[in-house]
This record gives sequence, C-alpha cells and structure tokens, in this order.
Amino acid sequence: MSGAREDILAAIRRAEVAPDGDPAGRLANPQPNLVPARGQGLPAELLARFIAEAEAAKASIARLSGRNEIPAAAEAYLAANSQPFEIKAAPGLANVPWTKQSLLTVNFGRAEGSDHVGISEAFAGIAETGTLMVLSGPDNPASVNFLPDTHLLVLDASRIVGAYEDGWALLRREHGKTGFMPRMVNWITGPSRSADIELILLLGVHGPRRLHILLIDG
Amino acid sequence: MEPTSHKFTQNARRAIGDDRLQAALANFTTTFPKKRLDVISRLPEFDDLRDEGVAIKKHVHANLDFYLERFEARVIEQGGTVHWCRDAQEARETIFGLCRAAGAKTVTKSKSMIGEEIAINEHLEAGGIEAVETDLGEYIIQIRGESPSHILVPAIHLTGEDIADTFKEKHTQLPADRDLGEPDAILREARAVLREKFLAADVGLSGANMLIAETGSVVVVTNEGNADLVMNLPKTHIVLASIEKVMPTLEDAATILRLLARSATGQDITAYTTFATGPARRGETDGPQDFHVVLLDNGRTEMLAGEFKDMLRCIRCGACLNHCPVYASVGGHAYGWVYSGPMGKVLTPNILGAHKAADLPNASTFCGKCEEICPMRIPLPRMMRHWRERQFVSGKGAAAKGKSGLKLWAWLAKRPPLYRLAASAAAGFLRILGRGKGRIGRLPVAEGRTFQALYRENGSKEQ
Repeated sequence: MSGAREDILAAIRRAEVAPDGDPAGRLANPQPNLVPARGQGLPAELLARFIAEAEAAKASIARLSGRNEIPAAAEAYLAANSQPFEIKAAPGLANVPWTKQSLLTVNFGRAEGSDHVGISEAFAGIAETGTLMVLSGPDNPASVNFLPDTHLLVLDASRIVGAYEDGWALLRREHGKTGFMPRMVNWITGPSRSADIELILLLGVHGPRRLHILLIDG
Repeated sequence: MEPTSHKFTQNARRAIGDDRLQAALANFTTTFPKKRLDVISRLPEFDDLRDEGVAIKKHVHANLDFYLERFEARVIEQGGTVHWCRDAQEARETIFGLCRAAGAKTVTKSKSMIGEEIAINEHLEAGGIEAVETDLGEYIIQIRGESPSHILVPAIHLTGEDIADTFKEKHTQLPADRDLGEPDAILREARAVLREKFLAADVGLSGANMLIAETGSVVVVTNEGNADLVMNLPKTHIVLASIEKVMPTLEDAATILRLLARSATGQDITAYTTFATGPARRGETDGPQDFHVVLLDNGRTEMLAGEFKDMLRCIRCGACLNHCPVYASVGGHAYGWVYSGPMGKVLTPNILGAHKAADLPNASTFCGKCEEICPMRIPLPRMMRHWRERQFVSGKGAAAKGKSGLKLWAWLAKRPPLYRLAASAAAGFLRILGRGKGRIGRLPVAEGRTFQALYRENGSKEQ
C-alpha cells in the first residue's frame, strides 16, 4: 500500500501548517523540557521520595545491605504473604547466592503462565512517582514482570534518580547514543490494578497483585 | 457497532430515565474530578507542563511528515514493518491480512480507541478469527455486545451485579452456582479466563498512546498490565495507531505522560507505562518475532488542514467527559459511537461525517469546563461552534432549525410596538402553559409578564 503512504504524506504537506522549530535538531540532540521540582533534589531526598511514592502506589519495600541478602528477604516476604517458595528468576540474578536459602526453589528464564512468583532487576528508580524503570533482554525477560502473581524487583539504591528524563539520560549514557533502546522499557509503579467494576480499586488484574521492592543500600 | 449518533436526542432521553445509569454517572463524575484536583495539587508546575505539552504538539503538527518518516525509518531499522492506511477499510484489511499470514486463530487485544473506531473486532470475527479484548472493562462490554460508554472506564454504566450476571451467562465452562458477589471474585474469574487467551493467542493487537520518532518506540499506558502480555507473549505484535500520535523524543513523551494520568484517572502515573521497540532481540526468550505498526489517517490529515487542527492535540485522557454536565446527565452511549463527551462531539462528525452526528455539537451547555480542564488546552467549545456554524450555513442539522425563527424575530424587532405586544402575549401564553407546574412552570418568564414590565416596576423601587 505504498500509494497510501504517499497520499498521507502529501495530504500532510498540503495542509501547510506554519513552520515550527528545527525537527532534525530536536531528534539529534534530545533535551529535557520542564522537570518539576519533585523530580529534583539531593540523593537522600530522592531516596526518601522514591520510597514514599512507591509505597503510595501500593508497592512494598525491604531495605537490604547487600545482594547476598536477596534470598533471605525473598523467602521472608513469601512466607509472610503465604506464597509458594518457587521463584522464576531473571537469568541476570544467577550470581545471587540462592543456595543459602535451602527452602527456595529457583529457576531461571522467562516466566510461564504457571509461575506464581517472579524476580527481576530494575535499571533505575525514579523518585518523582516511585517508578521502577526495567529493561528487557536475555538477562531480564519482560514476562517475569507481568505473568506471576507476585513480583519481586531488585533495585540498587545508587540507581535512584529524580525524574523520568534522568532515567533516559542514564540509559543513553550507559547504552550508547543510538540503538540504546532495549525491546521493552517498562515503567512500573505499584502492582497491577483496575477500577473497572464500579470504580472500586482492585489489585492484580492481569499483572502482579503484589509488587515488592528489594532495595539494596549502598 | 452501528453508530447511532444521529439519534442523540432519543438516546439521551432514554439515558436520563435510566436510574442505575444515573447512579453510576453521579458516582464517577464526582470521583474523577476530585482525584484530579488532589493529584494536581501535588504538582505545582501542572499548568506550565500543559503549556509545554501544547507547544510540543503544535511543533509536531508543523513537522508531522518529518516525524512520521523518521519513526518509520527507526521501526524498519529495528526489524519491524510500517503499514500506512488512508481509512478504516484499509486498516481493517491490513490487520486481517497480517493475522491471516500469522496463521492466527486467536488475537488478544489491549484497549485501542482506534480499534473501536475501525470496528476491528467485528471484522476479524467475520473472517473467522477470535478477537479478545483484555482490558477488564473492554472485555465485559465485548461479551455483552456493547460499545464503551467511557474511553477510560468502558463499563462504567454497569453494576457489579450486571457483570456477575454476564459472566454467569457467558462463562458456561464454570460451575453455575459459583459466588460472584464480591468484585474481587469477578476479577479473579476474568483473570483466569483471560490468562488462557493470553497464552493461546497467536497475535497481540495493541493501540498506542504515543509513537516516538527518535527511537521508533511505541508507548502504551495501562493500569492492568494487559498490554504488556499482549505485546510480550504472542509471536506477532501489531500496533494500531493514528498518525497524530507521533512525538519527537523520549523527553517529550515524559512531558505528556506527566499530564495524561493526572488528567485521566487522577493518578500521578499509571501502574504500567511501556516503551516497546521492535521485535525480540537476539538471545531474548520472550517477545514477538514480528512487529508491525499500522499507521492510520482516517480523517486526520483533513483535520490538520482545517479549523479542527487543534483537536489533533487530544491525548484521549477523558477529562472532558469526566467534567462535562451533558455527559454527566446522559452517559457515553447516548453519543452513539466510540467517542463521547466534548471530545466526541468534535471528533465524531469529523470521522463519521457531519450528517451522521448533527445533534452532537448542539448538545452542549457551552459552560467551557472542558476547555478549562483539557491538559492540551483544546478549545472544544469553539470547535463545537464551528460545527454549529456549518450547520447554520448549510441549512442542515439542529443549529439550522432556528433560522426561520430568527427571521421572524428580526422582522418583529424592527417594529417595537408590535414586538411589545407579541412579547407580552407570549409571556401570558407561557403562564397558561406552565400553570406553575412542570418544566415550563420553573421558568421565570412563566410568571406571566415580560422583562420590561418587571423592570418598570422593580427598577423604580431600587432608586
């Protein structure tokens, strides 16, 4: 349907909207627009705001002092919420000392419909709304974030930034100026929810009912 | 869904008499505006962000061809395909062809207003392909054979009891005596039924809140996470988007996202905001093998060229519905098609044709609330007036009906003694008609005297 393409582009040009700005420059050098105050601050302020906003969005948070505490924290959370001790883990978390917690069964890979608990890792935390920025890839399959009923998400506290724009800047810095986008960037703010039935807030519609953040302090 | 926008008056009358609908409308037209105010009070920059959002959209409209071509190039670079479609028919055929090529028996869908606009479900079903809506509200109205009554909460016109009844009628594979008394039980059942569909689907069909020219990404916003399953699990992902959805950069998208959920549901941000870029990468164990974007015009380029250009800024937040006194009285179904409320009054005649939606631009109190709260500052009342003017000039539609009355008034107005006589006769007639009761009785004029007569009496007292 190449005729349609040419027709649509020609119709746009015929509309003769008055020129505005420099589109090529805008794409070559992306700049933040207005960043609100709640997306700015010192690291300690951003950490506190991230926690407050994530909890307001109905996520829960455990503070850990190192990655080797992940298995115990996961087990404690699952026990407290009466969830099975079987975890589907993102392959990127294979270096965590899972065997320290002998009750846990941990499998690595993408999630299946039958998985009840998933664990993956966030690329960054965004303080302004308590949002986790999660990248897909062979080490961090996106399905782990969505199929299980309980989602555990590892976040390094040093990777909490202020605003969405800081998240993009971090991605460009670490993944290159072009081709930096993974297949999926998921901003996750609290667990899955719906108000489609009489505006009553219900959690866990299609995605997880529980979102638990394992926040690794410094 | 056959549009009934031309029957707005009948639809509205029926809606006003529907007590359950009125209760549902009262619930959410108070809930949403309050939540919006609460959340905006925590973002003092909100109005400045609106100005920036408007500026970005204006910039996009001035460079729409450039950004669309750039977006297309990026999608192709990632291994995806872009399909341009002039109208609904072309889009339906394209999507059907892609589903066929993928050997699809089942297509899972995340909510897409464009999908509603082109009636894609009916088209796929007619061709023997099962199309399953996965947004909870959309799923409910789909199995009931209805159209959405609100662009965000499509089943807002239904009670939990209605939904439980529908599930019992349609989910015959489950025990008939199960308890669906609690909303959470309804939710669990929907999750289980739809989970099967998610896993079985050969094609995922999603809409798009935005397209990013910089990266070739598609932005989809949900609270349920259904779009993420639609975009991750099937072998083929098809995105359906209208051309005005394109944005320059990820930073520009961030600005719009700060406005969208706050205006829509009164959330700071929805639970899930997803940027999907092309098919699965090497080594990935999930994600689609094929990634298609269907770009639809369907009247947008015509709007771009004329007086409805500003309407293309619309981000489908639904705030104008939530704040509209007419919507609050009649609900979404009265508008007879996919788009309702003030945005629907402007869009529907543009897409379906003015003759099929003549009453819509007239069903307004012109209170101006929609323009006041619109995050994109779209002058909705002015655009409704454009439609009214066109009707007046063409002599067709409700706005033209006053023409002969105006002529009579003009003739009388040039003859003051006759005018006074006619006015007092009319006022007396209204008094007899009203007799202090009913709709006419509530009008001050039914007191039986003209304004001038009252002024002569009261005006002297005040001095």
